This record gives sequence, structure tokens and C-alpha cells, in this order.
Amino acid sequence: MALDSKIPSGPIADKWTNYKNHIDLVNPANKRLIDVIVVGTGLAGGSAAATLAELGYNVKAFCFQDSPRRAHSIAAQGGINAAKNYQGDGDSIYRLFYDTVKGGDYRSREANVYRLAEVSGNIIDQCVMQGVPFAREYGGLLDNRSFGGVLVSRTFYAAGQTGQQLLLGAYSAMNRQIGRGKIKMYNRHEMLDVVVVGGKARGIITRNLITGEIERHSAHAVVLGTGGYGNVFFLSTNAMGSNVTAAWKAHKRGAYFANPCYTQIHPTCIPVSGDHQSKLTLMSESLRNDGRIWVPKKMEDVEAIREGKLKPTQIAEEDRDYYLERRYPAFGNLVPRDVASRAAKERCDAGYGVNKTGEAVYLDFASAIERYGKVQATIKHLDVNDKALVKKLGQEVIKEKYGNLFQMYEKIVDQDPYETPMMIYPAVHYTMGGVWVDYNLMTTVPGLYCIGEANFSDHGANRLGASALMQGLADGYFVLPYTIGDYLSKDIRTGKIPTDSPEFDEAENNVRERINRFINNNGTHSVDYFHKKLGKIMWNKVGMSRNTQGLKEAISEIKALREEFWKDVKVPGTNEEFNEELAKAGRVADFLELGELFAKDALHREESCGGHFREESVEEDGPQKGEAKRDDENFAYVAAWEYKGEPSDAVLHKEELEFKDIELKQRSYK
Amino acid sequence: MSGIFNSSIGRKFAMALSAFFLMIFLLQHFAINILSVFSEEAFNSASHFMGTFWVVQYIFQPVLIFGVIFHFIMGFVLEIRNRNARKISYVKNNGGANSTWMSRNMIWSGLTILAFLVLHFIDFWIPEISTKYFQGDMTGLLPDGNFRYYEELHHKFENPLRVAAYCLAFVFLSLHLLHGFNSAFQSVGANNKYTKGLKGFGKAYAILIPLGFVFIALYHHFNH
Amino acid sequence: MNLTLKIWRQKNANDKGKLVDYKISDVSPDMSFLEMLDVLNEDLINKGEDPVAFDHDCREGICGMCSLYINGEAHGPDRGVTTCQLHMRMFKDGDTIFIEPFRATAFPVIKDLVVDRSSFDRIQHAGGFISVNTSGRPVDANNIPVNKHDADEAFEAATCIGCGACVASCKNSSAMLFVGAKVSQFALLPQGKVEATERVLNMVKQMDEEGFGNCTNTGACEVECPKGISLENIARMNREYLAASLKG
Repeated sequence: MALDSKIPSGPIADKWTNYKNHIDLVNPANKRLIDVIVVGTGLAGGSAAATLAELGYNVKAFCFQDSPRRAHSIAAQGGINAAKNYQGDGDSIYRLFYDTVKGGDYRSREANVYRLAEVSGNIIDQCVMQGVPFAREYGGLLDNRSFGGVLVSRTFYAAGQTGQQLLLGAYSAMNRQIGRGKIKMYNRHEMLDVVVVGGKARGIITRNLITGEIERHSAHAVVLGTGGYGNVFFLSTNAMGSNVTAAWKAHKRGAYFANPCYTQIHPTCIPVSGDHQSKLTLMSESLRNDGRIWVPKKMEDVEAIREGKLKPTQIAEEDRDYYLERRYPAFGNLVPRDVASRAAKERCDAGYGVNKTGEAVYLDFASAIERYGKVQATIKHLDVNDKALVKKLGQEVIKEKYGNLFQMYEKIVDQDPYETPMMIYPAVHYTMGGVWVDYNLMTTVPGLYCIGEANFSDHGANRLGASALMQGLADGYFVLPYTIGDYLSKDIRTGKIPTDSPEFDEAENNVRERINRFINNNGTHSVDYFHKKLGKIMWNKVGMSRNTQGLKEAISEIKALREEFWKDVKVPGTNEEFNEELAKAGRVADFLELGELFAKDALHREESCGGHFREESVEEDGPQKGEAKRDDENFAYVAAWEYKGEPSDAVLHKEELEFKDIELKQRSYK
Repeated sequence: MSGIFNSSIGRKFAMALSAFFLMIFLLQHFAINILSVFSEEAFNSASHFMGTFWVVQYIFQPVLIFGVIFHFIMGFVLEIRNRNARKISYVKNNGGANSTWMSRNMIWSGLTILAFLVLHFIDFWIPEISTKYFQGDMTGLLPDGNFRYYEELHHKFENPLRVAAYCLAFVFLSLHLLHGFNSAFQSVGANNKYTKGLKGFGKAYAILIPLGFVFIALYHHFNH
Repeated sequence: MNLTLKIWRQKNANDKGKLVDYKISDVSPDMSFLEMLDVLNEDLINKGEDPVAFDHDCREGICGMCSLYINGEAHGPDRGVTTCQLHMRMFKDGDTIFIEPFRATAFPVIKDLVVDRSSFDRIQHAGGFISVNTSGRPVDANNIPVNKHDADEAFEAATCIGCGACVASCKNSSAMLFVGAKVSQFALLPQGKVEATERVLNMVKQMDEEGFGNCTNTGACEVECPKGISLENIARMNREYLAASLKG
């Protein structure tokens, strides 16, 4: 099947408006006859469920957590971008569009990104109406902050908890519809298959995580807003429950999976402390505004630090290697996430990591504390040469700006970051890849939609800070409700979808069979044992920097691990109870397939772009020597994989990317 | 307005209103009693006024009795409902880590005060009502022509056991007030930047008033 | 370090349940409390026993899913943290640690340490929202100026993560801090004032129907709240409710 992205014709600025003017609508009386299933209740799923219910559709919403409010969107810290130009600093829809395409290293679809930028302003309006308490200035108007990779201040925020506030906004909109009976909410339900009837997605199979009951749910369309798959690395900043299962089941039922190798590794996370580590904690990117990143220059200092004989504060200025400032004098510590992460890995691989695992670099606030302290001393007419005083004043400023993050760091690491530099290391954070969707956000299975992080559409090969929240809400509030209506307008006479069809029987049997296999497997190792092994393979060979040999090894190792898993996994208990191990087993089984496709995709893409870095594809000479080298001639396409059984059999479909409104350029941060 | 007292916040509010009323009454009671330390005459005339003025006797007194009974019954009702809200209790609970003993034991300090009130009614109120309304003696005079109020008070605090019981009850009253005073303000919604000063005042009230009563009891006991 | 854990085990909602002792050794002080339980579970699975069920998800203190009552306190002895942020360095070698589920009639146990907090959701369904539909062209966000102080206070109230520590810590299992936070968030904002009367009446009614206890202002909720939600929010709800009752 050839991929048809269904991009409307016409100039880019008019596409969305023209599209909306010409789609078929469903009249209000008929909407009452149509059911829509929404899986996942984060920013994308939650906003979609609420909006569809407001429009009059009967919505059934599902989440595996105990409440929609727990979805992992809640953990987003920094903010949400919108081209409001409230600061009058030259922002515009075009500029947000341009920044996003450029930030994505020219691997996203122009029309989708433009639409995203176009509706971004509406998101802020909508959220304010809902009572989201964004940060404000004394005049009562909304405040903005600036974020990495752009030249304007367009990020709206609510302290370091923007994701939480936006999610609670969407949750409140859902609550209103749940109260009215327009959304039927299924908490602690996990989707285990998509049911395709007559070529169209017509329902799902779920497992009630409390009772183990396998349920059939039918609808005229199914929407997946099930988030990213970063947990394929075991350790990531994702929640423990974040998984690929819903998206993977869709893939197995015919939805193409696009660009699985595009993963964002966030540079400022708290390093791993030992084998017991279950997840990684992100420290907001904003810290890089004031922190300087370094490792010691001399190997003997590194060793002394690891043995605890030397403290980082005792290392003289000239013995420190501020490697980002050294390599990228123009952007310094504020290079984009992918660049900063790779540079940290390069230093640690060279042996300069500063903690006992050798995987940490310093993020030092001493210069900022001194700089701010001197400014404060000057303002207050105090002695700028009094070191203790300057330090105290400087620390107060830092506390004001980053207090909650410093406290979080201290709780986890048990070191005071005001006195000693923080230790950080990159961690898997976001997956730009996902289920392939067209302009309508519909997958290659008619009637099956995919929104938010779960789809691949808007961020190309790298996502800019504060854009994930924007995309999730844009999809759910402002895009999907239109596009799905066009599809559903053909379904007004269909009537209820029965759940006793052979397709539902087959899907349910599949699910039951797999569960029984887990329960009766009697293996010797826990699910986590395999998940951790998978994570190690992914991190070492399909992580921040990738090469042909490593990827080939990863593919065969993952395949072998998958076979071992099916033979040897041990799932205690039964299906008919609350059984977290059983739920985890299903998720890890899917990760074990996705992981291989992920490596396969990374292997085929013989270029470096955004979060995907191939050691073979670097600039050989010139001022950019050693930096990532993109290959627009051969790889300016979306790689959409079709399921054919084993991941190794997946068939590649290419959606060529056309750049009519933006000129392709090399990203330079030197 | 309907149903307000069937709601959790309404009950809280009712509890607080009766508490305010009782705290004002307590202040008034104290103000008169403390006169007995300074001036027998002043105490006697104040007591006589309170005991015979019709507004006090036929309006304030029934309201007070209603207030006391209401406060106790509501206290019990709330306690029972609250216990029902956690049918299985913790094996290990460290309440001291997050709240004061007083706040967690209002029912026990309250019950102690109730027991004291029984004693107090037997000591003073029942004889008073009996003298005035059953024997019909509204003069407030002793056979020798002096007012009886001071003598009765002074006489009651001769017995050290009674004095000890009173003192103990006042300690519990203080504990009850240490939480209750500010709790009542919180219940009616008075907790914001304007009411920070109330906290200190509440503490002072909760300690000084019961301490004053203890002082009065001991004063009369040791002045025999 | 080596520890003795006394963990509440209960097969399902109908089981009676009891505390069971577990010994765990080689616990690193750098572990989070839940990672310590992961180690225990791994061990139990390898021995063929049923692992301990507990709720958890984000493991960074924001989703509100984790909910343990540790040594007599919600989220354990540390302040301003959820259970997932509690670290084993808060304990000493040889300690005995009691681990129980959050207890309240309105939070029935599902299994072991997992409780059902859907009563919180139902309170939100009753009124935890502003009734505006999504539309392509609502009022521009800056047409509704909000006093910065009010916006900040609304934000503070809105940081509630709905974990239920307030209910678990309250001797009366009262949910007033949770409800007060939501009522306050909206009552402080001009957008929310429009339907403030209906909101507070409906939310309090639902709260009472769910079987939560009455607030007696002990303040335990505020102390144990991982997000430091202030008692002032309860006072504000009381005012809102009384005013609404007089109006309605």
C-alpha cells in the first residue's frame, strides 16, 4: 500500500482553513448515534475525549492508571509553546513552524507542523478558560519564558509543573463530561488488541487490571493517545507503566510504525546510582541557563574524585574541561539536547565520568552564584569583595529560580547542589517516532487514529523543549475533533457495532491465549530481568550513538532475548486477580519486538539526524568536523514499517518529505 | 440553606458556632468569678444580678443549656461518623508526627469536661435552681442578711478532693481550648493572612482562662 | 543495611488481610523506598511467592499514584515527598518498617497495598471543572487579566496530586484538603467564580456521600501533604460553602 499523507493542496498558510471548510460534518442528532473509543488519557487522549464528548459523540475512555489524572503528561516540567507574540519579540506562526521544522532536523511533515503552530495560540486561550493557573506578571497578563533552540520568548508555564496543570485542565474537561454521562471512563483497564472489522477499526479488547476480566468494546472509531515507548530502554524518564503495547497492537493490525529510531535523550538527568535503579529523574533543561557543564581535564583527578579523595570544588579552574564551551563556543552550554547529550557521552566514554559508575558529568552553579551575588551586592550597596556575602546573595537568587529542582536533587542524591556541583547524565526522555498517521491523524488502518507522542508526526528527528505539550493538546482539542468528524460522517447509518462478530472472537482469543501462555510458562526469571537486559542492549547499542556493527548485534541479541523470554519468563499468580507481573509481561513482550524494529530502523537510516546519530555519518572536515551529518539526498523521508510477522520481516514504506516553505540547512552550533 | 446542617461543613460550622458561644460564656463566667478574689461585695452583687435578671434567667440560661447539650451531642455524632470513615484502623499510626495531642483527643478532653459539668451542676447549679425556683427564695440572702453567693463559693472549695477535681478539669478545659479556639475560627473560614494574630490570642485565651479558674479555686481553698 | 518489613498482605477486597514479616538485606541507602520493594518483589518471585502489590507510576513525585502508610505516616517519615521520593537513607540498619495501605472507608483495599481512590474522581466529576467547551475561537487568553497574587495562590492549590495522603493521615479520614484545594483553585480565578456556588455545593455533597469523615482541623493533612497544600484552602472552602448555602 502506498502511503498517502492526504495533505490538502494550496499555500501552507491556508491548508488547514481550507480543509476545515470542505470536510463533511456530522449533525448533532447523528453524533449521538456514534461511539468513539479513546485509549489513553494524557494531554492528547484526555483533551480528545473531552472535546469529542462535548461535540456529542459517545466516548469510552480507557487508562491503565487508577485515574486519568495520573497519565505521564503530568510530569512535564518546563512549559508549552504558543505563537502568541505577547512579548512583541517578533514571534509568529511562521516562526514557530520554522523553529519546529529546523529543530526536528528537517525530518517532519511541513503541513502538520504548520497546522500545529497555527492552533498553538488557541491552546492557551482554551486552557486559561478552563482555569489553568499559568504564571502571570504583576499586570495580570500571562508571563513567558524562553527555551532552548529558539530566539523568542513563547513558552507559557506554571512554575515547573506545566504538564501537571495542563493535564488537570484536560482532566477537568473530561470530568465534566463523565459527570454528564457523555464519557464512560474505564480506569485500570489496559488495551490488549484492536479489532478490525471489514477493514475498519471497530473496537478494542481490554483487560480489567483489578479482576482480570477480558472485555470487548466496540465503536465506530478508535483513537490511541497512548504516549511514547521510551521504556524500551528500561531506564528512562517515563513512568514505570508507560508502554508501547497499544501502539504495537495497532501496528500488528496493520498500522505502519514510523521512524522508531528517533529518540530524544535528555542531557540533564540524575545519574544512575546502582543496579536497583528503576527510573531516571529529569532535571529541567532550564538549569543549563545558569549551570556550566564540565569534567576534570586530568585522569588522576577523575580517579581521585571517584575514590572520594578529592572534591570537585577542590579542582582548580584550569584543570576543568568545560567541554561544551570548548567545542561549541557560540552556543556553549545551551546547545540543543541531542548535541549536549552526545558530548557528555563522548567525555564519559573517554573515561572522564565523575561518579563511581563513570557515567556522570558536573553541572556547576558556582560561577552563576558568584555572578548573581555580585549583582545583588552592587544593587544593595554592599561589599562586592566579601566572598561569603556574595555567595550567600548569589545562592538566594539561584534558590528563587531553581529552588524546587535543587531540593529534588538533594532528596535523591543526598548532596547539596548549592555547595557542590550537581552530577548529571543523559537519559531517554521522549520518542519522536511512533505510529504513522496522515494529515487527518489517521493511521493506515481506516478508523484508527493516533495522537500525541504515540504518533510520529510533528517533531521530526528531534523535539524542541515545550513542544510536546503543545502537540498533545493541539491534536486532542483542535485537530482530531475535525478530522475524525469527516470520517465518521460516513458512519451515521451504521448503527451500533456488535461485539459478537468473528473478528472480536478472534481478537479476544488471541489475548486469552497469550495471557494463558504467560501464566502457564513456569519459567525461572522475572519480567524485570528480561526488561533490564533489553534496556542494556538498547542503551549500549541503540542509544546515543549508533554504528552498523552495534546495531546488527543489537538486532540478533534482542531476537535471542525475545526467544529466551518466551521460554523462560516467570509470571506468578493468575489472570483473575490484580496481577502487575502479568500486565508487565505483556508490555515487555511488545517492547522485545519493538526494540528489534527500532534497531532495524536505526540500521537502515545511514545518516545522522536529530536524536539519531550514526558514527559513520559525521562531517569529515571543515569547521563542522566531527559533527552529525545529515543526508538529505537519500534520507529525506519518513520510514514507515509494515508488520509482516517477525520484526526482521517488516517492510519499509517511504513517505518522501517535501520542503516547499523552508530551505534545508545544516544545523550549526559552533 | 436547606440541608446545610446535614453536610460535613455545616456540622463543622454548627460546632464552631456553639463553641464561640461557650467561649464567650466562659469569659463572662470567669469575669464574675475573679471578682470573688478582689471583692466579696462586687462578686455578690454581680452574682445576684445574674441570678435574678429575667433576661439572663429566662433567655440566656436556656440558650446556654441548649448550647452545651448541642455541642456535646454534635461532638458525639461527629466522633461516631468519623470513626465510621475508617473502619479498619492502622496497626501502626504515628499521629504525633503531624498533629497535636489536643487536636486528636478532643473527644476525651470533652468527655472529661462533661464529667466535670455534672459535678459542677451538682455543686452549684442544682442547689441554685432548687433555692430559687423550688423553695421560691429569690432574695439571695443568708439568714444573717448577707448575700449567700460568696459564702457558698468559699465553702465549696474547702474540700481538697473537690479542688483537685476542679483543677484537673481545668487542665482538660485548657487542652480542649488549645485546639478548639483556633479550630472554631478555621471552621467558619477565618484562616487567611488577616487572622494570623488570632493564633497567639487563642493560645493565650486557652491557657489564661483555665489558669484563672484554677487560681480562684486554690485561692478560696487556701483562704480557709 | 538489613531491615525487617511488616507488610500488609490482603489477597483481594474480600480477604481479611494481615501483616506479614519479611527480612530484606543489603539495602542501599541510595535506593528509593519503592526500589527497595522492587528488590523484595524480585526475591519473592524467584522464590515462587506472590509479590507485594503496590501502586506506583511516575516515580518522581507528581502522578500521585504511590500511596503507602510507612511507620505510621502517609508517604513515610520524610516531609514534602511522596513514597517514590522517599529514600532508604531515612532508615537505619536493623529497623523494622511497618507498611500499610492508605486506610479509609472511602478507599477500599484492592489488593495488598493497593487501594481504590475512585471516590476522589467522583468528587471531581461533581464539580471539579469550569463549564467551557473547546472551541476554535474562545476569548483571547490575555482578555482575562488575573491578579498575580490570586493566580499564584490558585496555582499553589492546583498543585495537589490527588494521592490521598490527606485522607490517610487524617484521624477522621476527611477529604477536605483535597476538595478544598480544587474549590480554592477555581474560587480564586475570575473564570471559576461564575459557577462557584454550584461547584462547592456539589463537590461537598459528593464528598459526604463517599463516606469521608468530618474535618476537625487537626492539621495532619497539611503536614503530610507531599505538595504542602495549605489548610487555608479548607477555610476558603468553608467560607465558599457557607456563602453558597445562604445563596442557594
